Amino acid sequence: MYTETQVIRNNTKVTVDGALDGTGEMVINVGPQHPATHGVLHLVITLNGETIQKIEPHLGYIHRSIEKMSESLSYRQFIYVTSRMDYLSSHINNHACAMTVEKGLQLEVPPRAQVIRVLMDELTRVASHELWWGAMAMDLGAFTPFFYAFREREAISDIMEETCGARLTMNYMVPGGVMADLHPNFQRRVKDFIKLFKAKIHEYDELVTGNIIFQNRMKGVGVLSAEDAVSFGCTGPVARASGVKSDIRKLYPYEIYDKLEFDEVTETAGDSFARYMVRMGEMHQSIRIIEQLIDNIPEGDFQAKTKAVLKLPKGEFYTRVETARGELGVYIVSEGGTTPYRIKYRSPGFSNLSALDHMARGSKLGDLMATMGTLDLVIPDIDR
Amino acid sequence: MFSLEGLTNSLQQWLNAHLNPTWVLVVESLIVILLAIALFAVLGLVLVLMERKVAAHMQIRLGPNRVGPQGIFQTSADTLKLIMKEGLTPDGSDKFLFNLAPFIVMIVAMLLLAPIPFARNFQIWDINIGVLFVSAVSSISVIGVLMAGWSSNNKYSLLGAMRSGAQIVSYELSAGLSIISIVVLTGSLRLSEIVASQQDGWWLFKGHIPAIIAFVIFIIAVTAETNRAPFDMAEAESELTAGFHTEYSGMKFALFFLAEYINIFIVCSVGATLFLGGWMPLHIGNWEGFNHIMDYIPSSIWFFGKVFFLIFLIMWFRWTFPRLRIDQLLNLEWKYLLPISMLNLLLITLMAIMGWHF
Repeated sequence: MYTETQVIRNNTKVTVDGALDGTGEMVINVGPQHPATHGVLHLVITLNGETIQKIEPHLGYIHRSIEKMSESLSYRQFIYVTSRMDYLSSHINNHACAMTVEKGLQLEVPPRAQVIRVLMDELTRVASHELWWGAMAMDLGAFTPFFYAFREREAISDIMEETCGARLTMNYMVPGGVMADLHPNFQRRVKDFIKLFKAKIHEYDELVTGNIIFQNRMKGVGVLSAEDAVSFGCTGPVARASGVKSDIRKLYPYEIYDKLEFDEVTETAGDSFARYMVRMGEMHQSIRIIEQLIDNIPEGDFQAKTKAVLKLPKGEFYTRVETARGELGVYIVSEGGTTPYRIKYRSPGFSNLSALDHMARGSKLGDLMATMGTLDLVIPDIDR
Repeated sequence: MFSLEGLTNSLQQWLNAHLNPTWVLVVESLIVILLAIALFAVLGLVLVLMERKVAAHMQIRLGPNRVGPQGIFQTSADTLKLIMKEGLTPDGSDKFLFNLAPFIVMIVAMLLLAPIPFARNFQIWDINIGVLFVSAVSSISVIGVLMAGWSSNNKYSLLGAMRSGAQIVSYELSAGLSIISIVVLTGSLRLSEIVASQQDGWWLFKGHIPAIIAFVIFIIAVTAETNRAPFDMAEAESELTAGFHTEYSGMKFALFFLAEYINIFIVCSVGATLFLGGWMPLHIGNWEGFNHIMDYIPSSIWFFGKVFFLIFLIMWFRWTFPRLRIDQLLNLEWKYLLPISMLNLLLITLMAIMGWHF
């Protein structure tokens, strides 16, 4: 019943007799609209039966040229665009940009602002991992975890809404500190959230982590060795699951991370289950950081005094931070004007996606969902 | 005491008094056909709503609650929408097979209603090979699924259909073996006799541990056979968008959807009939008073109560477990369930020969 179709093989267009040619291979398009890609990612997958032979990611469906746009925006304005990159880590994206500008201006951030920034970063990380947990379980066919995850994530969104005025694209970090002071309810609500989180986290393990079907789906699937993780440029939980110590908060501490007590969660197996366990562990570590800071927010200014119009000196500035997905680098080239000459973001999702083909080759189509789910891809972060 | 038996008997007498025997048969067939279709429609609506409510309860949300009180008319509204929708046939598809497939799946589900005893002496067709009929006819539905997958000319559909084929053919075996183990205990393939044999207790309790093992294997196997999560390989929403019915829309999709729920109802009623005594009330040994009270509950309530309990169990699985992978699915059947159920059948045979069961 299959009509002739054209496929691209070795960069040349060949006509194959139906979907099945002599090699027994079948090319299917997963995406740009597909339930498992969580966005407009397009994977051209060559299948042999159910076994994956090759994956070719096609990008660009949600490319908004954020980097080019930033060149015509001032140093105060361009930060807001970055909330739309990795929308689940929008605080951390803003943070990275604000830090780069501060580096250029050699601006000292008040201690209160530093603590607020770290608190917000860690809350964002927990929220992001919660959403990942639900979405990943849904990729594997379990729908209920999604609602469990949103129950706790909702509490964080409410906290954000109160202090920042937004639930997803917060735009709270500005060069020199944060935009507004904390809401009076902030401390109480964060403490309530910690209580809620600790009371409910065991449900996550009971529902998903300990499930035999889930473990069979995850263990030994999508293995990435430490060498490959480094050579693909993987960062964040993906690299740490392969045993690569890559936590920017530990390696190149920024703000007050060097004064905090927390562990870098690493695993050695490098499979989907290891990535899962790393993220679960990171949620606990983030809560640990929040607990240390929530009662010790210093008094003082929440923002340093800055000029109305910021001008960076001529030169190149680079900062790296640890987002929920890995290392985000912000690179600004300044000509000395009010707008950046060139901006480049090193986004974690792009490098992590590049390892997908290597990880998924030879596994079943069902395994792709486990691998892709634990890579925690956010497509606007990849395309920018 | 209310019973459906009296209703059918008086109807038969009335018809016999007024018509000649041939016409009686024709009228009775018509009534049965209409009843079957009505049951189909009602079950479809009730089960879909039940699924949504059960899912909502497990997912800490309310579920449908806008159309009618507690949302009970939601599924009716959905059905109306599906009927009004245009029935699309894709350009590259095999039009004949594409349009035939949903009907095959549906007809199979309808045929399976025939030998199920719904209440005391209330059964469409008390065929002497009832159990065999159920196992044989239920395997035909895979042909409809394969047809749908192949004729859609869609790669997702094809993958889904192939998975479904491998899955249903495999799980038929252990479902069959657990059914046979009850047949061994009863000594009859006739479903009414199987129910009658559970007068003094259900086979689940009378057959010691082997009967419980057979019951568990039966539930796992029929969950897989009806393509329900965690064995919903054929649909696998996150992998294959919608599997074998990706290209279907409107009423043709509704037929697949309805057939899925009717199939669940049927496998659960077979399970209830074989293991939980069908319409037979719960009787405990010599507790005369207790047994007497149980007899006062109409047999149809007993039957539907047990069936809906099993349906709830299957829905519970769906909203709890992640999906298996196709090779794990086949491993589970061929490496674990099949050997266990074969061994279990031997045990049950030994038990039946030695008369060790109650």
